[in-house]
Amino acid sequence: MPNITYVQALNEALREEMKVDPRIFLMGEDIGHHGGIFRVTKDLIDEFGVDRVRDTPISESSFVGLGIGAAMVGMRPVVELLFMDFALVAADQIVNQAAKLRYMSGGTVSIPMVVRAQQGGGRGNGAQHSQSFETWFAQVPGLIVVAPSTPADAKGLLKSSMRTGNPVIFIEHKLLYNTKGDVPEGDYSIPIGKAEIKRDGRDITIVSYSRTLLFALEAAETLAQKGIEAEVIDLRTIEPLDMPTILESIKGTGRLLVVHEAHNNCGLGAEIIARVYEQAPDSLIMPPRRLGAKHVPIPMAESLEDSVLPQTADIVNAVEAMF
Amino acid sequence: MPLTPERLQDAYRQMLVIRKFEEAIRSLYQQGKIRGSFHPCVGQEATAVGGCWALRQDDYLTCTYRGHGQAIAKGLSVRAAMAEMLGKAAGCSKGKGGSMHFTDPSVGLLGANAIVAGGVPHAAGAALASRLQKKDNVAIAYFGEGAVNQGVFLESLNLAVIWKLPLILVCENNLYSEMSPSHETTSVVETYKRAEGFGFKAVQIDGNDVEAVYNTVETVAAKARAGGGPFYIEAMTYRLWGHMMGDPEIYRTKEEVAKAKENEPIVRCGKRLLELGCSDADLTRLDAEAEAVIADALEFAETSPAPPPADALTDVFI
Ligand SMILES: Cc1ncc(C[n+]2csc(CCOP(=O)(O)OP(=O)(O)O)c2C)c(N)n1
Ligand SMILES: [Mg+2]
Repeated sequence: MPNITYVQALNEALREEMKVDPRIFLMGEDIGHHGGIFRVTKDLIDEFGVDRVRDTPISESSFVGLGIGAAMVGMRPVVELLFMDFALVAADQIVNQAAKLRYMSGGTVSIPMVVRAQQGGGRGNGAQHSQSFETWFAQVPGLIVVAPSTPADAKGLLKSSMRTGNPVIFIEHKLLYNTKGDVPEGDYSIPIGKAEIKRDGRDITIVSYSRTLLFALEAAETLAQKGIEAEVIDLRTIEPLDMPTILESIKGTGRLLVVHEAHNNCGLGAEIIARVYEQAPDSLIMPPRRLGAKHVPIPMAESLEDSVLPQTADIVNAVEAMF
Repeated sequence: MPLTPERLQDAYRQMLVIRKFEEAIRSLYQQGKIRGSFHPCVGQEATAVGGCWALRQDDYLTCTYRGHGQAIAKGLSVRAAMAEMLGKAAGCSKGKGGSMHFTDPSVGLLGANAIVAGGVPHAAGAALASRLQKKDNVAIAYFGEGAVNQGVFLESLNLAVIWKLPLILVCENNLYSEMSPSHETTSVVETYKRAEGFGFKAVQIDGNDVEAVYNTVETVAAKARAGGGPFYIEAMTYRLWGHMMGDPEIYRTKEEVAKAKENEPIVRCGKRLLELGCSDADLTRLDAEAEAVIADALEFAETSPAPPPADALTDVFI
């Protein structure tokens, strides 16, 4: 299997799908000749031309809105936002429009559009370029939200996102782009809504996704040396949430820790834990825990940012406190 | 009143401080000491110094991630700016903000902004408050020509006109937004014409001529104070370095950049000073004085401590 980066995997997914589906076109800032600030759309303009790889002005609400309009009449736009933080500039189009038009029309129109953006901190980009918004979007009925952590999942999930026919918020992480992984050759996809157990274990279930999933796997190595075998679940899709995989795992482990980079308050950890108590109240042998960003905007200085965002050591400590 | 020859020397030194500040940051960046991104304003020092020096310290300023020069020209301490770049507790935002968020209300700097066009309505709001408080302060907002396609920008233009705000909008038109030539993404790229369409009194000026910028802002500020606002100034300039560190600059030729260097503000101001009777030795002295300001700020910032992790939890609310 070729070992490629997360960025290359995304680029391949776009290229392969654009080749077979003429309805797909791309819009975003500097995605054309520059190939995107993070290089996800590198060289696509050479292959597909300026009609299908469109540089936009800095006007997120309009080009997301145009994506919706094009999608309603048969196109399959994939819109890139440079940073997920800028989704808020386009929030009306995403939340009031894309998410609801199918429902309000009684299913007579649909919005097969993917909005891609990278998010997250860890690079000192400051409070307006480091946020994590998956829970905001997961809260809106009518949006699918995915957040792959590996190159293989990134490619497979981006393909599924382009094929689903529904609005998808596709969440990348700025510090995953250069990570490498094996990616199957040829056409394949990863189903939306399906979590994956990335490591088997019997003592505790750690649920995570995106960049903190890698931290969870690292923590699991450390914990194994201390005699604690953690099972690590990668959600991959945030909405719809794959509860069966989580419930099955905690049946075996009896302990649950949810880890995400997004803020803890009203975060996915809260949602998952609530659902566990609703759906399988007896499966836990002790209260579950969640680990997310502290409730402050993401600061720039390293000493501050590292203390606000969950780190591998925090996961190890949180797990150890449960034994 | 135009800048006197003496003040022009000060302005020259101030532009050099800004230039050297960015050069110092670049070198710190290359040493891996700067986190996040850094958007240099090299080549755009005249818009900063000419504009901010034509205002009072209690006038308000909002700017962008490329606003280090404006912040310093408005009076932000160079030490505090340098410390902020390095994420130190002594930084103007205690290390919380970083390169894109210089803020110091004590000199009227309401904040740099990392969202394109994000600061424009804030300046308009400060101008509105000045009216409501029956003060005569004006507000100035700097932004790039790439901002003129944002909804909030266009909405703010409209409000500023119907409410006759004491607002001065300064578009630093450096021809590019990120890696895109702005004429490819903007319908009427002479942005002052758009502003005119909204009812602004708008001009296009040579933004690399510090005296021209100063004179224009001084004139419109006086009118705005007297209730004649708002005003729009499109200052034509050029960013001599890339959009940010690591920009491969495939979108322009080396020849274009070399040509622009002939017209850059500091070289031009130096020539002008020589015409006005300064000697080469005077210019060398001004350069050395600017160098000393930066050396002092670097020494201060590098030796000052990082904020303790617990500080991350402060300053969310009053
Ligand atoms: C809402 C929003 N969209 C996109 C960006 C990314 N971005 C940062 S700077 C920039 C280009 C801005 O160009 P211009 O307004 O001409 O200012 P310049 O950088 O040339 O000073 C872009 C697209 C952003 N910061 N905010
Ligand atoms: Mg520009």
